[in-house]
Amino acid sequence: MLIKLTGGAIYDPANGIAGQQQDIYIQNGRIIDRPAGDLPVDQEYDLKGKVVMSGAIDLHTHIGGGKGNIARTLLPEDHRIDPVSRTVLTRSGSGHAMPSTFVTGYRYAEMGYTAAFEPAVLPINARQAHMEMADIPILDKGGYVLLGSDDFLLRMLTAKKDQKAINDYVAWILHSAKGIGIKVVNAGGISAFKFNQRKLDLDEKNSHYDVTPRQILHTLAKAVKELGLTHPLHVHGCNLGVPGNVETTLNTIEGIEGLPMHLTHIQFHSYGKEGDFKFSSGAAQIAEAINRNKNITADVGQVMFGQTVTASGDNMRQHYNHRYANPNKWVCMDIECDAGCGIVPFKYQNQNFVNALQWAIGLETFLLVNDPWRIFLTTDHPNGAPFMSYPHLIRLLMDKSFRNDMLATIHPEAQKMTTLASIDREYTLNEIAILTRAGAARIIGLQDRGALSPGNWADITVYTDNADRQAMFTKPDYVFKDGELVVKDGEVVQVKWGTTHIVRPDFDHSIEQDLLKYFNSFMTMKLGNFKISDDEITEDGRGSLTAHPLRGAVA
Amino acid sequence: MIEITEVPSPFCGIGTDDLNIQVDGLSLTVKSHGCAVNTPAFELPISDTQPRVDGQIVSLETAVAKAANILRDVRQPLFGGCATDVAGMRALLALADRIGAVVDNTAFNNARRNMLALQDTGWMNTTLAELKNRCDVLLIVGTDLEGFAPRFFERYLWNEESMHLGNTNSREIIYLGKSPSGTASTSPSGRQATILPCADADLPEVMAALSALLKGRKLQAQTIAGLAISDLQSILDKLKAANYGVICWGAAALAFEHAELTVQAICSVVKDINNQEVRCSGFPLGGREGDQTANQVCGWTTGYPARVSFARGFPEYDPFLFETQLLLNNKEADALLWVQAFNVNPPPSTEIPCIVLGRSGMKFNKEPQVFIPIGTPGIDHAGHAYRLDNVVAIRLKKLRDSGLPSTAQVLSAIEQILQVSTC
Repeated sequence: MLIKLTGGAIYDPANGIAGQQQDIYIQNGRIIDRPAGDLPVDQEYDLKGKVVMSGAIDLHTHIGGGKGNIARTLLPEDHRIDPVSRTVLTRSGSGHAMPSTFVTGYRYAEMGYTAAFEPAVLPINARQAHMEMADIPILDKGGYVLLGSDDFLLRMLTAKKDQKAINDYVAWILHSAKGIGIKVVNAGGISAFKFNQRKLDLDEKNSHYDVTPRQILHTLAKAVKELGLTHPLHVHGCNLGVPGNVETTLNTIEGIEGLPMHLTHIQFHSYGKEGDFKFSSGAAQIAEAINRNKNITADVGQVMFGQTVTASGDNMRQHYNHRYANPNKWVCMDIECDAGCGIVPFKYQNQNFVNALQWAIGLETFLLVNDPWRIFLTTDHPNGAPFMSYPHLIRLLMDKSFRNDMLATIHPEAQKMTTLASIDREYTLNEIAILTRAGAARIIGLQDRGALSPGNWADITVYTDNADRQAMFTKPDYVFKDGELVVKDGEVVQVKWGTTHIVRPDFDHSIEQDLLKYFNSFMTMKLGNFKISDDEITEDGRGSLTAHPLRGAVA
Repeated sequence: MIEITEVPSPFCGIGTDDLNIQVDGLSLTVKSHGCAVNTPAFELPISDTQPRVDGQIVSLETAVAKAANILRDVRQPLFGGCATDVAGMRALLALADRIGAVVDNTAFNNARRNMLALQDTGWMNTTLAELKNRCDVLLIVGTDLEGFAPRFFERYLWNEESMHLGNTNSREIIYLGKSPSGTASTSPSGRQATILPCADADLPEVMAALSALLKGRKLQAQTIAGLAISDLQSILDKLKAANYGVICWGAAALAFEHAELTVQAICSVVKDINNQEVRCSGFPLGGREGDQTANQVCGWTTGYPARVSFARGFPEYDPFLFETQLLLNNKEADALLWVQAFNVNPPPSTEIPCIVLGRSGMKFNKEPQVFIPIGTPGIDHAGHAYRLDNVVAIRLKKLRDSGLPSTAQVLSAIEQILQVSTC
């Protein structure tokens, strides 16, 4: 089967193509060079006047794992307002803030996304994360494994184990839990909450372990680098949501001493405490620090107005935030000497000063970070807003007059506290393609994805160019997944199953001697039963694993 | 004959995974780490291996075709039991979605007590490893914990080593309501549990009194349900002096009207203690024979726990209206598909056509139209099951080659027939 996409305007930043008209050929699921000779084209799509990009990749979205399922169970009323009927092709389910798995896959694909990554895979909950993601159709998926408050690591650090031993443990966890990166959430803070600490600053010690968050971050960032993972340490910083936390975030950037680090949902970590309400934007300082420190990448975690639910591993901060729960019900859990979670429904309101300024801080961050390869488009789904709001967010970034119209509707005091009106920047289509495709693939370390190069898998999205960017990005004309048409005119026309992206760094297996003792003494599961086997991913006949090369080897 | 070690159990709910099981052909013997729940469940012999239609032995293909025929022509199918592994629940929900069935897990009336509290106010809970390594005061409300899980104390409280307790013997165990059925709660050093007994029906009032005391309200009564107020106050004093108190309850044991309000009171006490700058966690029991599994898989597939209807083409959740027995009593269903992969208890008796996917050896008061003996997850095939603490899924092992099909295989085969015939 040879498919030809004819005459579209190509936005392929990985190959330096920004809007030039080119043809694309697809064969056996992959993009190929223009075939020599007269190979017959089986199917041709006339894409004149259309915009062609790789399939979009969401590098931080809570789509699989226990906290999401608790969020679903907690809010039946949020599903009742958004029922999704079965069709001949697709399964039924429910939507809004935390959609069911099938609906998650369909809706992402219908927006032109072909891959999504769960950023908080607790090792002990990794089985569930993978089982849920296995029920997300069409998309490729993967996860970052959460460390940093697990007792095993904190014991290692307290015992001053050397970096090599830490590296071995990190690699072992990646193999056992099947991840592509390492995540830290409120480093050491989830553990500290179990010892009844209610806050933990970057240089504050865990009351039981002789360890600070700064030390945990530095050690894990070093482990990630030395193991050769492409994806930098993925960091949800200390003091999420606390006014004044911009200082913590700047210190975190300094404290990592040039090691690669990805700061996630940085909007929630960019707050000053100026002004009448002791809450202000730190976005300019953060953006300046990102611009200056080339080792730092960030995704925004944009807040959008409306009902959502926040689901986080950061039970320390989520417990504090329960006072803002709307509706007033919430869950916190301590989990298996491994981590924790907190689920708090939120209703972000444009007439609430704090919410309004959060919205503006996110946009300031997008617009003030200069290098589009180091900033990524997220709402931290569902924490800032459900992923369905991405097209609206893209319009806010690309359309200054629309942005200013929206700005005029928010809380008047918040309008005074943001520089947004004075920022002229409008994102280009090429920059959007970097944020949502090329940059994401590069930072995650995905081989053969996120670029329209011959040899790559043909994950391709085609849009009709439209000055209303929200309309344009809401409803692609075509989405191809691995070379097959899965979405036409914004609706699923074929259901297939994506792969699970992982890395498998080498390590010294003698680390299992210590782990075996630890599991036998303290854990509630045998070591052998803890490790996820490959067949658990593949035995349903739909799933597959794709192991990516380590740093330096990704084209 | 072989011996398989580190076998996880789907029966007890507490994720026991240290069983040694001897396999001799189809016969299993628990050689070590058995208990009154797990040993009989693993050792239950296989008696029938062949499907039946109207009591006559048939091939699997014939039984599957007959089941598909029954389900093709009904107006409101009802899928009860729903006691299986993750793959089985996936297949069950796929079939239910296709034909518009009601799906109802057999333990949902118990789980509902927790779900209603969760969906109204939420909770702060913990998991087994935190309990094992941190819990210094355990309050057990209205539940015979060792009756629920005979090895609970041995595995999770009287463990020799713990990361954050000097000596596990020093844990304080308090029973409120039901008294324990045995002595498992006595520590190895001989320390006995404190028992404050009251009738189940008095628990709402007792929990209300605990809540009031915690909020600093003055109570005029000197006793509540025969318990001295000073004793109730001392429970709170212990929880508030604890480093990591845990309040445990078993929803199944709270068998009185509106027990969800008692669950909610327990959860609120936990939250209030945390708001008084002391750590404390709740710990609901459950997880036996696929109940937690059903709720989890149904949760991510539909957005709701395992009492949903697909009749209108999309999932609807109602914790009351979609109850199996109610639908049968009201004659609102016209076919019952019953799935029970873990035990041989018969389905509820009914006059409507009945298809049973049951554990080998299931005995019926009335022979169903279709009976397909299925494999038990964790014995006859590999699979996944959820423990009581919700976030931990265990990998179940295949122990023997019985040839019995899995729930997922049978239900997928039925769906395959219906899919072809409706295209």
